[in-house]
Amino acid sequence: MTTVAVKPATMAQALTRALRDAMAADPTVHVMGEDVGTLGGVFRVTDGLAKEFGEDRCTDTPLAEAGILGTAVGMAMYGLRPVVEMQFDAFAYPAFEQLISHVSRMRNRTRGRMPLPITVRVPYGGGIGGVEHHSDSSEAYYMATPGLHVLTPATVADAYGLLRRAIASDDPVVFLEPKRLYWSKDSWNPEQPTDVEPIGRAVVRRPGRSATLITYGPSVPVCLEAAEAAQSEGWDLEVVDLRSLVPFDDETVCASVRRTGRAVVVHESTGFGGPGGEIAARITERCFHHLEAPVLRVAGFDIPYPPPMLERHHLPGVDRILDAVARLQWEAEG
Amino acid sequence: MTVMEQRGAYRPSPPPAWQPRTDPAPLLPDAEPHRVLGTEAAAKADPDLLRRLYAQLVRGRRYNTQATALTKQGRLAVYPSSTGQEACQVAAALALEERDWLFPSYRDTLAVVARGVDPVEALTLLRGDWHSGYDPHTHRVAPLSTPLATQLPHAVGLAHAARLKGDDVVALALVGDGGTSEGDFHEALNFAAVWQAPVVFLVQNNGFAISVPLAKQTAAPSLAHKAVGYGMPGRLVDGNDAAAVHEVLSDAVRHARAGGGPTLVEAVTYRIDAHTNADDATRYRGDDEIEAWRTHDPIELLEAELTTRGLIDAAALEAARQDAEEMAASLREHMNRDPEPDPMALFDHVYAETTAQLREQRALLQAELDAEQEHHGEQEGGAR
Repeated sequence: MTTVAVKPATMAQALTRALRDAMAADPTVHVMGEDVGTLGGVFRVTDGLAKEFGEDRCTDTPLAEAGILGTAVGMAMYGLRPVVEMQFDAFAYPAFEQLISHVSRMRNRTRGRMPLPITVRVPYGGGIGGVEHHSDSSEAYYMATPGLHVLTPATVADAYGLLRRAIASDDPVVFLEPKRLYWSKDSWNPEQPTDVEPIGRAVVRRPGRSATLITYGPSVPVCLEAAEAAQSEGWDLEVVDLRSLVPFDDETVCASVRRTGRAVVVHESTGFGGPGGEIAARITERCFHHLEAPVLRVAGFDIPYPPPMLERHHLPGVDRILDAVARLQWEAEG
Repeated sequence: MTVMEQRGAYRPSPPPAWQPRTDPAPLLPDAEPHRVLGTEAAAKADPDLLRRLYAQLVRGRRYNTQATALTKQGRLAVYPSSTGQEACQVAAALALEERDWLFPSYRDTLAVVARGVDPVEALTLLRGDWHSGYDPHTHRVAPLSTPLATQLPHAVGLAHAARLKGDDVVALALVGDGGTSEGDFHEALNFAAVWQAPVVFLVQNNGFAISVPLAKQTAAPSLAHKAVGYGMPGRLVDGNDAAAVHEVLSDAVRHARAGGGPTLVEAVTYRIDAHTNADDATRYRGDDEIEAWRTHDPIELLEAELTTRGLIDAAALEAARQDAEEMAASLREHMNRDPEPDPMALFDHVYAETTAQLREQRALLQAELDAEQEHHGEQEGGAR
């Protein structure tokens, strides 16, 4: 038996590897965006691609998000698989019209004749001390648009596997990269990267019996930490990492909640109108008779993303999650 | 002692020499819109081409009147007429080779039909039985775009992709005067010029964006002048002169195909009808203006040229009208059939593989339809 040399790798490195492997495997894969070429992206995720595959396949575009995505639509119409980088979450907003009016619905309006296999990479979320417009969690906007897949990895292995899946998908995928996990390391073998399940499968990151934390992206490590901390309080928490917000894995989520009878949804994005409301409603509709307490949400406050010096008060942390878990003893409170 | 004093005397030098990236002069449009019909240049025009343009113009006008009539009968949800603008649309289709692509906006059904798309399928969006009726790949025509100017970057991307693949394909993108104010217009032209993409932008300046006249739309000397800022040539053409539009567009297409990059063409024309059948044009313009443009009608301009020069006879003129009538009759007949869109198709093609959520919703609708059917059956049974 050969032992695989597993060494620590960062999520950013895994994403780079995924792009490189996808480009090597399929000559129709094109990477494009502002600064993705010579600079290798502001987060270096596209590092080396222009050198290896040429500037025609890893293209520095003019600074214009609608133009980047709009031209990618035309490229996809002609048989290419564009992978578009939006640099920062809030920078993607000028491209919203292209995304909502064309990318998401081209397959449907042409009745399957013109699918658009475009991957839109969006570094998102806070926790890196970014100034205004550099820390938004915009997943609810994407989730509200039929026709888009919305994926977000939380581990190094998933970053690789999910991005490969996204690029291979014949549908447009909004690929949300939790930027505060870019430099998080994990044991992962870049020489033998592994595949993941098809798009749309959640995964139980930590099995537990007393309640389920349902989360994704940047909040996954926070929830795992909370689960460890909760042990001393007698709580054995299960942590479900959604990985795919659209399609939503009702099966895994509901199976977990039926086992534990209690659920808390955790995410950085705002609570009002946020993903948690949808998730809580789905759980309530499907698992009402298994629930021992209302489904709770621990989310970012309903405010514009705060300045970096205050963001730690906004982001859901271990203590806020543990407070919510404590509130799950709902019956006792009457 | 200040820092400057410590460092010694600062001797400012002139900034590094500046040079324009491109000589703007050759990019500038002519002062007057280019004209062919009624000028000496017309003698050089290919008579076969003029006759083909004529037949398509007559067909196009008839298509406009027939479709407008269908809105009054409730057979079309809405129709944005292009009466008066037929020369632009016909020339757009005829300037392209089969392998080229056309990117139309919602007012460009004539260009779509002239490209070979089935006249009924071209109206699917406006009839409301589905969002797009034809297979875009069959005739290389993108779906009609309702949002303004958003199809322009698609044209740029497609043309760029074709060039990357080594195909000598050109994309022609149509947009109105109002669309030139949109951000996507700017981004598309900028990308096209930077990438030297083989794409031609045709602005049909018909005077109004619904009710807003050009003077309130732009302060540019002309819309064609906008090209200079992007580093591509701008051409100004009489949009009612089919021969002139065809010539200018064909030049631009050839230029693009040869690797010369994009061109912006502004065709100066006029929308004789209201914005759509739902619009009241009397609120924003007077009859005098419309009448002035009626005397510069694209069909009459070309017919006069053909007749004066003996390039067409009465029988051929009649044949063109007959062909248009037959098209209209066929259109009427097809549009008067009640479309029966399948409700279950709502869930098709949202994703390549349908999701569990959509499967559930599909089952819900199926149950509703079954119940409806059953109820209908019971009612019929009761009546018997």
